[in-house]
Amino acid sequence: MNYTWNWGIFQEPSPEGAGTYADMLLSGLSWTIATALASWVIAFTLGSVIGVMRTLPSRAANAVGAAYVELFRNVPLLVQMFLWYFVLPELLPAGLGTAVKQLPDAPFYTAVLCLGFFTASRVAEQVRAGIQSLPRGQRMAGTAMGFTTVQTYRYVLLPNAYRIILPPLTSEFLNNLKNTSVALTIGLLELTARARSMQEFSFQVFEAFTAATILYLLLNLVVIAGATLLERTVAVPGAR
Amino acid sequence: MFASFDFSVIGASLPYLFGQGMVFTLTLTALAASGGIVFGTLLAMMRLSSIPGLTHAAKLYVELMRSLPLVLVIFWFYFLVPYIGAWATGSATPIQVGAFSSALITFTLFEAAYFAEIMRAGIQSIPRGQTAAARALGMSYAQTMRLVVLPQALRNMLPLLLTQTIVLFQDTSLVYVLSLTDFLGAASKVAQRDGRLVEMYLFAALVYFAVCFTASLLVRRLQARTAIVR
Repeated sequence: MNYTWNWGIFQEPSPEGAGTYADMLLSGLSWTIATALASWVIAFTLGSVIGVMRTLPSRAANAVGAAYVELFRNVPLLVQMFLWYFVLPELLPAGLGTAVKQLPDAPFYTAVLCLGFFTASRVAEQVRAGIQSLPRGQRMAGTAMGFTTVQTYRYVLLPNAYRIILPPLTSEFLNNLKNTSVALTIGLLELTARARSMQEFSFQVFEAFTAATILYLLLNLVVIAGATLLERTVAVPGAR
Repeated sequence: MFASFDFSVIGASLPYLFGQGMVFTLTLTALAASGGIVFGTLLAMMRLSSIPGLTHAAKLYVELMRSLPLVLVIFWFYFLVPYIGAWATGSATPIQVGAFSSALITFTLFEAAYFAEIMRAGIQSIPRGQTAAARALGMSYAQTMRLVVLPQALRNMLPLLLTQTIVLFQDTSLVYVLSLTDFLGAASKVAQRDGRLVEMYLFAALVYFAVCFTASLLVRRLQARTAIVR
């Protein structure tokens, strides 16, 4: 093994002109976090709607929900990324398509939309499982109390279901966070992309990837700690 | 809307897409899944063993792999494997490893962490009484695992293992970052050569969807058929 280690590399200025290699990685980290959070907003909202649709007593709503989940679950994320980035602008009306292509930070917006819609299919499955795991009596009790369907979901089913699925939702959030790295293929300068360009500029492969690995592990730990805290805060006193 | 598109490019490139691209994807999926299940089962057995060192090592490995994005792991191994090879063979310079071998090693080791969690659940689903009974019959640990526990664990977990293999099939598209010619890589190369991004990517999405959707329907049917009535 004749690899020359140089851990001081992080303090050296990066060839981009501004800042050191460490700054470069940290800027990648912030893009990773921004993409993960923004896409999670879409994923959580849309996923909840689709998940609820799959439990409604309506054939049409069920079919639409099922079709959505199958569509987004059975196409690889990378292919979906390409569809959003390369194909969608071509299918839009010409003026709009050009405007989309010239948008500053287009990779970021594309990645957010793509990950949002992709992760929504996974969130939907969790929400559906959560609602279906509740005893049938809860829905019936809601109806017997004179609640409308909306009220039954809002006050009875969803508050329970979300508490039950908090752990699997946490791991979906972590998957979403890790999946942001796929966006490097469309030019998003997130953490993995930054580690890769640091390796290309400086030839310090293992330092760059070690730093990225540690940052990803720290992110995981922060998310898990946050989820544990959230779980404790929203726990119903005296339950289980 | 599709007036300006030329879908004949797909027909012309079919032999390349399937003959080279899809064969590569399927080979990688099959080899990585078999390797991953074997290594994953070993990891699960380590994690459930009563030897603290093994338990912790397996846990650390699984948690580490599951916390990292696959793209980063692909890059890690792409650069690391030549050095490990040099270290193992005592060579002074990093040895040349083909991109395919590098991808195969990466996917096997990465997916093993996910298969290990499935197999752990599978092994734990076998009632303790069965292990105890096997040991009481005088079977060794290896015999108990091979003849009693693992066959049942595999059978119980078969649908999950196959579902994970479908995920692996989709994940292999990420070898794109190493510029390998898997199915998506082939589609992408044709797309860029002929300037037909829309047609090729839509077609690739359609093929992936057809394969994965059919496979997941089959897994669901298998699940209904093999479910053990308790």
